[in-house]
Amino acid sequence: MIAAIMFFLLYFGQSFGFSSNLRTICSAAGLGKSTKFFDFDWKTQSWNLVFLVGAILGGFIAREFLSTDAPVLISEATIQDLAKLGIAAPESLQPAELFGLDAILSIKGFLLLAFGGLMVGFGSRYAGGCTSGHAISGLSDLQVPSLIAVVGFFIGGLLMTYLFLPLIF
Amino acid sequence: MTKSEAVSWYRIQEMFRFQAFHMYGIIGTAVTLGVAGVALIKRFRMRDFSGNPIMFNPKEKSVLRYLIGGSIFGLGWALSGACPGPMVVNIGYGYWAMVIVFFFALVGTYLYGLIKNKLPH
Repeated sequence: MIAAIMFFLLYFGQSFGFSSNLRTICSAAGLGKSTKFFDFDWKTQSWNLVFLVGAILGGFIAREFLSTDAPVLISEATIQDLAKLGIAAPESLQPAELFGLDAILSIKGFLLLAFGGLMVGFGSRYAGGCTSGHAISGLSDLQVPSLIAVVGFFIGGLLMTYLFLPLIF
Repeated sequence: MTKSEAVSWYRIQEMFRFQAFHMYGIIGTAVTLGVAGVALIKRFRMRDFSGNPIMFNPKEKSVLRYLIGGSIFGLGWALSGACPGPMVVNIGYGYWAMVIVFFFALVGTYLYGLIKNKLPH
């Protein structure tokens, strides 16, 4: 399915990569006037914004028509590891400890989400792509830079999982 | 994406703990089909709908930017459990907290644009 979407975009003369949208939105917000990086004709990227809107709709449709909102069936080992961090076994798609109302209204919870977002946005532009651009499109084209980026994803991800998450929770 | 649960924080944690094949299956399937398809496009020099040859833009040659940028991305990915695509899928699904994550992803992108020239690439 994901590969099918990538070929669909290639056929229409585009490429598959989601994080470019973040740059496009910055540009559309008028930030190009002060910062050169965002000074480009963002309207040429509007196809990708359509993809973004489609992704929002997709999430909505999945909840309304496809989902039973069943808990995510992760492995027993993961459930036990997360329990040590104080995160309960899944009851739905996302943990309330991070995304519930109580969490986002607390200073710590808000900062966690904010930092997470900040690093995703900063890192994906620094690395020139995110999961879709590097791990899927880049690796499909057997590009070495994408492989390095994916190695980087895992360096960061493993550091967060084993070093920082236990410190945070 | 929602049905494959690739948008779930739990699944990302499971992936980084190497405790299930789930996420590797999803990404692996996409990449395997992708490699085969890209090879076919190149072999037969396929064209897109307006008749232009389909081009693959080689990414800039560099190690530092991919390693450092990728690591920062990975830190954020493991913390928020979402890369940019799944963030908006989650918003559509009704996880409004993801609006915060998405907004700060925009701020992060802006920060990069601001200090781009001062970073090693």
